[in-house]
Amino acid sequence: MAHENLDVIVEDIVKPENLVYRRPSTLIDVDMHYCPGCGHSTVHKIFMEVVEEMGIQHDIIGVAPVGCSVFAYSYMDVDMHQAPHGRACAVATGIKRVLPDKYVFTYQGDGDLAAIGTNESLHAANRGENILTIFINNAVYGMTSGQMAPTTIEGMITTTSPYGRDVKSMGYPLKFAELIAPLPGVAYVTRQSVHTVPNVRKTKKALQRALEYQRLKLGFCLVEIVTNCPSNWKMNPVESNKFVQNTLLQFYPLGDIKVPEVRV
Amino acid sequence: MGEVKLMKGNDALAEAAIRCGCDAYFGYPITPQSEVIEYLSREATKRTGMVVLQAESEIGAINMIYGAAGCGKKAMTTSSSPGISLMQEGLSYMASAELPCVLANINRGGPGLGTIQPAQGDYFQSTKGGGHGDYHLLVLAPYNVQEMADFVKLGFELAFKYRTPVMILADGALGQMMEKVELFPQEPRVHIEYPWATTGKPKNGPRRVITSLHLEPEKMEEINIHLQQKYKKMEEEEVRFQTLNLDDAEYVFTAYGLVSRIALKAMDLGRQRGYKIGWIRPITLFPFPKKVFQEISTRVKGILDVEMNAGQMVEDVRLAIEGKTRVEFYGRMGGVVPTPDEILDAFERLFIKGD
Ligand SMILES: Cc1ncc(C[n+]2csc(CCOP(=O)(O)OP(=O)(O)O)c2C)c(N)n1
Ligand code: SF4
Ligand SMILES: [Mg+2]
Repeated sequence: MAHENLDVIVEDIVKPENLVYRRPSTLIDVDMHYCPGCGHSTVHKIFMEVVEEMGIQHDIIGVAPVGCSVFAYSYMDVDMHQAPHGRACAVATGIKRVLPDKYVFTYQGDGDLAAIGTNESLHAANRGENILTIFINNAVYGMTSGQMAPTTIEGMITTTSPYGRDVKSMGYPLKFAELIAPLPGVAYVTRQSVHTVPNVRKTKKALQRALEYQRLKLGFCLVEIVTNCPSNWKMNPVESNKFVQNTLLQFYPLGDIKVPEVRV
Repeated sequence: MGEVKLMKGNDALAEAAIRCGCDAYFGYPITPQSEVIEYLSREATKRTGMVVLQAESEIGAINMIYGAAGCGKKAMTTSSSPGISLMQEGLSYMASAELPCVLANINRGGPGLGTIQPAQGDYFQSTKGGGHGDYHLLVLAPYNVQEMADFVKLGFELAFKYRTPVMILADGALGQMMEKVELFPQEPRVHIEYPWATTGKPKNGPRRVITSLHLEPEKMEEINIHLQQKYKKMEEEEVRFQTLNLDDAEYVFTAYGLVSRIALKAMDLGRQRGYKIGWIRPITLFPFPKKVFQEISTRVKGILDVEMNAGQMVEDVRLAIEGKTRVEFYGRMGGVVPTPDEILDAFERLFIKGD
């Protein structure tokens, strides 16, 4: 019977040597709470791949502040510290200062990093804290269901800019990466995305480089990742990735903004 | 006998932090306690390798403490009233996540920016939680420079014993005045691996997560019940207070911190006038020494509670007394320090002339 044959074929194929795609051992095997198609889950996976490949699972401490990714600690199999909204960089500073030889990262949304937590983020960057900040820019407050973020672009509709962001009254979208890049304490600033497979690969590379720079104690590293929020943008995942490509990336161009001299 | 020195309260507190092997201090300058961060910046790192960092704000400072405490380190901060207000969010998180730390509030007059003079207006904030949710800090109230030093060490012992933030609640005068202090010897900084601390996932065990987030109400209630049990245990085991002349007392003066010394003087003056006055000084403000008040409640004619505020600790005294004797209050506010004569006058007005 056809389906018996299929069993044989599956058995033949599912072997460790044939594996081309798998969950990294550093990512806990549970269902994620993220909405289907959301960029958060992709970033979790590639970052945990980097941690696995670099062999630093036992030497890294993460800080997950408030936002959709507050539960990052449910998925990332490393020591994790949940922080108050906006305070991730201060919590990470406290950790890094007492454990200078451990890798420390924060995983923050745009509201967390660049609205309520601007002060902590900016000063950690300016002090040149040897930490990695992964900045998930989805141009919206995901967790609280779609209010305007500091990164919401002009004209974009959110629940608190229902007629589109009017920059004259609501202020302009903030480019945090460009803002901190000139600071001498900042070593590495790059903007990436995960809306296509090649972009996922580039983002993974950027995360890896940032951790290498941290090992060399070069200073603050920011990897901004422009992502989607299909649920609050009221789009399906494919449409939301098109919106990233055609609209968000026009305002937030991808690429390295600051790179240290050393090669890694 | 340890090394004896003439020191400012703030300096003694800073010196004690170094000597008890504190790992990290994060703070932000504010009068009347900026000497602490200045002293530590001068002395601490070179002597013990302790981390000292001036944060961008008190919000930054308390969250750095949150991070460092999460690694199982002895972390400490100090501030004064407006700065302590900014730390409330972080303290609530730390109380819930059960992390140890020591912080000192060198209380100044408020509300608002207020004044830089000594006050006790932050009693409610310190003892009743201060931030959001049901929690308490363990609160120690020093009354001289000696205790400004000793309570740092005691504070860390209690903070780690109960995995809770401990507050030293002093005031601007205790921070600024100079007195003789006997310093305890330098203790080494030791790294202890706590099973809960985030120092990198162990090779042979599960990852550690420090969090105060529990979306299921039953789980969050469980956490609350656990916290309340902990506070109950503190009430049973950690109450500290000092008394004088209670044996023959017909009246009792009670006060904490600086004011307790002024009340002590007023008691002496009163005894010279023939009034049988005793004295109770709560040292732990949370847990509050209820029992000693309950014990005297049926045998004294009245209690005069004196504070540098509009009457805050007096509520705890009244709760302890349960109406069994008269409790009156005398206070000065906004940074004004009462004199012994003033206190005695208030006592005569309230208890003797009205008798
Ligand atoms: C002090 C405080 N204010 C407000 C909130 C409510 N809140 C939770 S998440 C959030 C916004 C998160 O947006 P972002 O950082 O962009 O993360 P995302 O969910 O989009 O990934 C807000 C306002 C909070 N938890 N704490
Ligand atoms: S709300 Fe948006 S950011 Fe949050 S999980 Fe859903 S899609 Fe992702
Ligand atoms: Mg967002």
